[in-house]
Amino acid sequence: MEAVMVLQWGFDGMLAIALLLLAWRALRNPDLFTAIVLFIAFGLVMALVWVRLQAPDVALAEAAIGAGLTGALLLAALARLNDLDDSVDDSHTVDAEIK
Amino acid sequence: MSVADRSRLPLVSRGVRLLLLALAGGLSYAVLSLPDQRVELSDQVSANMAASGVHNPVTAVLLNFRGYDTLLEMGVLLVALLGVWSLGTAVAHRRGGPGPVLSFLVEGLVPMMILMAGYLLWVGAAAPGGAFQAGSVLAAAGILLLLSSKRLPVRLVGRPLRLVLVLGLLAFVVVGVTLLSVNGIFLQYPPGLAGGLILFIEAAATLSIGVTLAALFLGGRPDSDT
Repeated sequence: MEAVMVLQWGFDGMLAIALLLLAWRALRNPDLFTAIVLFIAFGLVMALVWVRLQAPDVALAEAAIGAGLTGALLLAALARLNDLDDSVDDSHTVDAEIK
Repeated sequence: MSVADRSRLPLVSRGVRLLLLALAGGLSYAVLSLPDQRVELSDQVSANMAASGVHNPVTAVLLNFRGYDTLLEMGVLLVALLGVWSLGTAVAHRRGGPGPVLSFLVEGLVPMMILMAGYLLWVGAAAPGGAFQAGSVLAAAGILLLLSSKRLPVRLVGRPLRLVLVLGLLAFVVVGVTLLSVNGIFLQYPPGLAGGLILFIEAAATLSIGVTLAALFLGGRPDSDT
């Protein structure tokens, strides 16, 4: 029984550390794509944490909405940002050509 | 300004940082000063499970005891989509068709995901699952289809799409108003009918949530030519 307790504490501790680390890295990463991937990983670890807190309903929602859909939305937004930048760069080159 | 430059700006200014610290301090104080003697809501829920029409306490709270909150959540989703649609029409992806891996995955996964959504919806009455989980799996299937540049047929984009989008809220309101006119209380299910009504509302909500979330991914109002 003692061994199981120690194992559970170790697992929970690792989950907590991984969660905080992923959150910190996602916030501080200068590269937006890496930050989004870290955010998705954060969502998946968060789902595991909800399972450990005995909230499987929230865990399901977190994995599906928090990690999956929000990640997809953020990636789509990033693609749009890149498109915007590309078009701005294009107009610059056009201006330069005209001059 | 390129993406790289933009992301190198400091994330928050000094004032915002102080504000956040104050918020964190306040939240910590609120959590630490929670009274020990709290109202045992879970006891109340388990005492009334028999009247709820389902066996999963979470579904009982979301769709029966606090059904009003879930109704408003459906409204919030709809408003979010309205916000996105008001920004403009969806931009057509300029990339080419899907690669062989994506098409293979889509063909295999999408039918499984639709089945999974149905299972999650049904199992929500007795175990973890329910409309939001089922809806987001459905939305993930929709996003896979969008990624592989499949689009709705033009004849479905107008009114049929909008009808599915409001279906969840509509079912909720219709059930609520009907019950209001029968027994005088909004969303007060009679115990015998509760299970069926919850399943009906959840089925409509699943469809709406799935289509709404997938439409959010599209990032704009679908046009007849996208």
